[in-house]
Amino acid sequence: MTVFILLTITGLGLAALYFLVASGLSLIYGLMDVLNFAHGVFLTIGAYSTWTASQRLEFIAQPTLRFVVAVLIGMAVGGAFAALVEMLFIRPLYGQHVGQILVTVGLALALTALLQAIFTPDARAFPAPDWMGDTTSVLGANVPNSRFVAIAAALAVYGGLVTFLKRTRYGLIIRAGVENRDMVTALGIDVTKAFTFVFAIGGMAAALGGAIGGAYFTSINPEQGGGLLIFAFIVTIIGGLGSLRGAAIASILVGLLQQYANFYALVGAGDLIVVLLLAFVLLLRPQGIGGKAAA
Amino acid sequence: MSTTPLLEVAGLDVHIGESHILHGVGFEVAEGGVTALLGRNGVGKTTTLKGLIGLVQRSGSVRFEGEELTGLPTHEIIQRQIAYVPEDREVFAELTVAENLRIAERGDGEPRYDLVHDLFPRLKERSKQAAGTMSGGEQQMVALGRALLNDNRLLLIDEPTKGLAPNLVTEVADVLERMSELTTSLLVEQNLGVVRRIAHHALVLDHGEVVYSGGVDELLDDPDRTRDLLGVGSTSGGGH
Repeated sequence: MTVFILLTITGLGLAALYFLVASGLSLIYGLMDVLNFAHGVFLTIGAYSTWTASQRLEFIAQPTLRFVVAVLIGMAVGGAFAALVEMLFIRPLYGQHVGQILVTVGLALALTALLQAIFTPDARAFPAPDWMGDTTSVLGANVPNSRFVAIAAALAVYGGLVTFLKRTRYGLIIRAGVENRDMVTALGIDVTKAFTFVFAIGGMAAALGGAIGGAYFTSINPEQGGGLLIFAFIVTIIGGLGSLRGAAIASILVGLLQQYANFYALVGAGDLIVVLLLAFVLLLRPQGIGGKAAA
Repeated sequence: MSTTPLLEVAGLDVHIGESHILHGVGFEVAEGGVTALLGRNGVGKTTTLKGLIGLVQRSGSVRFEGEELTGLPTHEIIQRQIAYVPEDREVFAELTVAENLRIAERGDGEPRYDLVHDLFPRLKERSKQAAGTMSGGEQQMVALGRALLNDNRLLLIDEPTKGLAPNLVTEVADVLERMSELTTSLLVEQNLGVVRRIAHHALVLDHGEVVYSGGVDELLDDPDRTRDLLGVGSTSGGGH
């Protein structure tokens, strides 16, 4: 039983990381019809910005406060970088899927290489507060605190995004734009601003995922974003493009299935079962859990 | 009524893919009343409306109150107090009725909820209902309500009675008549009963060109010309 609890909470922690990446990916595709293969780099840049900020913030004696400030800086850098990518590289390529794929794949490769050149390809220990590496006992299972932090961060992002989408005019524009971008424009609204905004939000969420992922895995490396991006894409497709709720449900499914299969079947079976789940969903419900069927 | 045209269109050309849809369309819309844009299916009426506001790539000249619009993005054209009611309503299905209206607020004046709710009481009653769950007629009310919410100089309305039950056609025609008292309208409409009732001027498109510009009665009172230009009898449709 304790193993099952540990697997479940660890799986939910992993799901949280997937959700932090997939939420932005899903909104970006849903609103802008952009397949952003550079999204994983937003995570990596967030992780390294948090790491760098942490080194520079040693004057903050309290480790938790230092970590929180570093994460906020990492998120700001991730969001600003994502907005810049949208304005410089994506905006001229709206409606051109092949161009978008080439540019975002190229960006991901180039930026990963750049990070390797600056920080070396080796993994670096991530400076999270000590208590995040400690464990808390849940019904006999000793669960690392970083899992709870990841889950809390994902819940906060989910709640924040839902509130933003439901309660603000920008959120209203984004929800409408996911349905019918042309009609939003035909109501006199400049959708390009919303596009940049969504990219920035997606970049911030991914950057938070990078920082939390650093604490979760205890280290960061320049290819971390790329590795998580694959599963974030799977989550996005299973959840339904543009659906935040779908992305949340799919994240939980994928995270838990991976953990259970890797432990109860054999190591590595988790990835296989996730791909099978993807195939299953594509066959039975191609629009995904929360997506709308094509007219 | 002013003699200066509110809208002047010249040499409007639209290609969509390999198809050449509009061939140098030119016409004027005078201020006040309703101008009907007519023609057989597929002659480019919807494309003309979309071309005016830049929803399709086009070349040529579109002047509104003397200002050239073709260099402007769609949202800036709309901000010049032009409203567009698309064919098939295109309401935001996942948004509530209230949200569909709220997103249409342009911010250039007080939104006219009183007017919209006076014309369409059902929109107030069903403000919390998802627009996609409403009937076609109710969705048309949402689409028209979005356009009426702001004080506009020109309304572009595309087939507002398409697919509606006869009683709803009359209801929508009543609203269009009321709207025409408030704002100049360019109306694409297949229902000639509605056209005869509310429009004073007609433009007929054929093969991507304007082939008739004149009075509605002059066109519809001539059955041969109506059949020749529109392919239907002049009594087609209801609207009363």
